[in-house]
Amino acid sequence: MCGIAGLIHRGKKADIGTEMTAMLQALKHRGPDSTGYALYGPEQKGNKFVMRFKVAEQEDLAKGFDITDIMAERKKSVDARLKEMDAKVTEREKATEYSYRYVFTYDGDLRKLIDYVEDIDDVEILSVGRALELIKDLGDATRVSDQYQLKGFKGTHAIGHTRMATESDVDIRSAHPYWAYPFSDVSVVHNGQLTNYWIGRRELERRGHRFMSNCDSELIAVYLADRMDRGDDLEEAMRRSIDELDGVFTYVVATADALGMAKDTMAAKPMVLYESKDFIAMASEEVAIRSIFPHEIKTFDPYDGEVRVWRA
Amino acid sequence: MAGLTTAKSTLAGMHTEKLSGRTQQRFFSPEEAENYTYPWAYSVDFDKTADFDAADMDTMAINKRIRELMNEGYGHIVVKNPGAKHSLGVGILNRLKLDFEGSLGYFGCGLIDGPNIRVSGRVGWSCAENMMAGTVVIENNAGSTFGAAIRGGDLVCKGDGGARIGIDQKGGTIIVGGNAGAFCGFMMQRGRMVILGNTGKNLGDSMYDGIIYVGGTIRDLGVDAVPGEMTDLDCEWLDRKLKMYGLSAPRGVKNMTKIVSGKQLWNYDNLEPVEKKIAL
Repeated sequence: MCGIAGLIHRGKKADIGTEMTAMLQALKHRGPDSTGYALYGPEQKGNKFVMRFKVAEQEDLAKGFDITDIMAERKKSVDARLKEMDAKVTEREKATEYSYRYVFTYDGDLRKLIDYVEDIDDVEILSVGRALELIKDLGDATRVSDQYQLKGFKGTHAIGHTRMATESDVDIRSAHPYWAYPFSDVSVVHNGQLTNYWIGRRELERRGHRFMSNCDSELIAVYLADRMDRGDDLEEAMRRSIDELDGVFTYVVATADALGMAKDTMAAKPMVLYESKDFIAMASEEVAIRSIFPHEIKTFDPYDGEVRVWRA
Repeated sequence: MAGLTTAKSTLAGMHTEKLSGRTQQRFFSPEEAENYTYPWAYSVDFDKTADFDAADMDTMAINKRIRELMNEGYGHIVVKNPGAKHSLGVGILNRLKLDFEGSLGYFGCGLIDGPNIRVSGRVGWSCAENMMAGTVVIENNAGSTFGAAIRGGDLVCKGDGGARIGIDQKGGTIIVGGNAGAFCGFMMQRGRMVILGNTGKNLGDSMYDGIIYVGGTIRDLGVDAVPGEMTDLDCEWLDRKLKMYGLSAPRGVKNMTKIVSGKQLWNYDNLEPVEKKIAL
C-alpha cells in the first residue's frame, strides 16, 4: 500500500532530515521494504551540482568475494568519466559501501554527462540537482537515516516514501522517490497503481526518456519531466497528469523551490494535509504529521482530482 | 405505535422495498433472548468518570485500558492525546460516554453498538464503519469512507468529509456539516445521509434505497440516483435531527435537495442482461 509524505517550510530552513525521518517511521506499517527521501538542502550556486549515485544494490554485497573490487572499479570509472567530461568534483563523500555523494561544477549539457556516467554497468545516478539530494535504501526510516546520517540535514522541503513492493522487486532502484531524469531537482513519490504504465512508458521512451526500473511510479516522474520540458509549469503538468495517467494514485512532487500534491479522480488513495502560514505537511496518514506536531492541529483530506502546489 | 412508525417512515420514503424471494428468509428471532445480549458488553455507571493520557500508549494498550475501565464500571471515559492512532474505541458493545480529546486515525469507533462518542479532533478513513447503534460526533473533519456500511445510530461530522461517505450504508443517519467528496452514498441500501455543504461527483451511485439530503450544490448524480420531493415530514425530521447536534442548513431545510433511488437497479440480480444494460 506504501506511505508517502511531504513537508515544506516557507521562508526558512529547518532540520528536514529529522522531521522526515519521524514522519516516515510513523508510516512504516504501510511499507517496510524500503524507505526513500528527497531532501532539498542549501541551493548550490551557478554551475555547481550535487549528485547522489550508487555502484551496486545492497543485495549485491552478498554475491561473491570480489564485489568490493568490482564496486571500486565502477567508482573509478565514474571518476574517470566525470573528468573526461570536464566536470570538476569538489566534494567526495562515501555514504555507504555502495553509494556516494559528489559535489561538482560543470558547464556542459547535464544530460550528456548523466547518460555517459550511467552508461557504466550497474551505476545508477539517484539524483542530480542544485538543491535535491535523493537517498533511498532498504529498511525502515530510522535505519536509512542512521545509515546516511540524515539527522540534522537542513533544508526547506522534503518528500519521502515507505514502500511495500507489489509490482516490482525489493531493491534500491525500485524504491521511491524517483528523480525526474534528466531534470535537476525534480522528484516524485507515489502511492497507488497506474494501469496505463506500459503505454505511457513506451511513448516516453520514444521521446528519448530513460527508465531505470519497472515501477509504475517512475512513470509519473518522467511524465512530469517531459511535460515541463515541453513548456508546462509544474502545476500545469500535474493537472494534465490527472487526465492522462490512468489508475488510482496520490503523488507528491518536489522541485528546487516548490512542493505539490495530486490526487486521482476516484480519490481512492489517502492523503491528509496540514496547512499553516509558514509550514505545510502531508502524508498518507495523519499519524505521520502528528509525529512532528504533538499538539492539536487542524487537518483535512484533499478531494478527487485535486492538485495543490506550495512555494518555499 | 409500531404501525405509526412504519407509516411515517414509508411516507418519508424509507423502507419502500417489497421483500421477495431469497430476502424473505429470516435470520433473526426476537423470541430468543440471546439475540439481545452481548458476551463482551459491560454494565457501567454514568456517574463514574475516568480519564487517561494516551500519548505514549499504542492502539492495543489504549483499547485495553478503555475495556478495563468499563469493566470497573466507569460510564464516562476521557481519552487524552489519542494522537491519530488507528482503530481506537472499536468494538464497544454497551452504553458508554467516551470522549477523545484529539484526533483518531483509521477505523476509529468501528463495530460499535451503543456508546455515545465525541471526538474533538479529526478522524481518518472509515470512522464508525459497521456501527450498529449509538452516536459518534466528530467536531472537526473526517476522512474518506466515513460511516462505511453503518447499520444504525447517528454519525455526525461537523466539518468537511472525504470521499465515499456512507458507502454501503445499511441504516442509521450520517450528517456532515460541511462539504463531502466524490461517490458519497455509493450502494446505499437504507438510512439517511445529510450533507449540509456541497457534494462531489457520482452522489448516490447505485443506491438501492435510503435518502440523501444535500444543502449545497451537487456536482453530479451517480447511476440510479434521482431527485425526490421534499415533504413536510422530511423538513420536520431534518430540523429535529440537526438541532440535536447544534447544526443548521445554510439555506434552510426546505431548500435542501432530496436524492433517492430510481429503483432501476433494484433486484438487479433478477434482471435479464438486456434489462441490466437499460438500467445502467
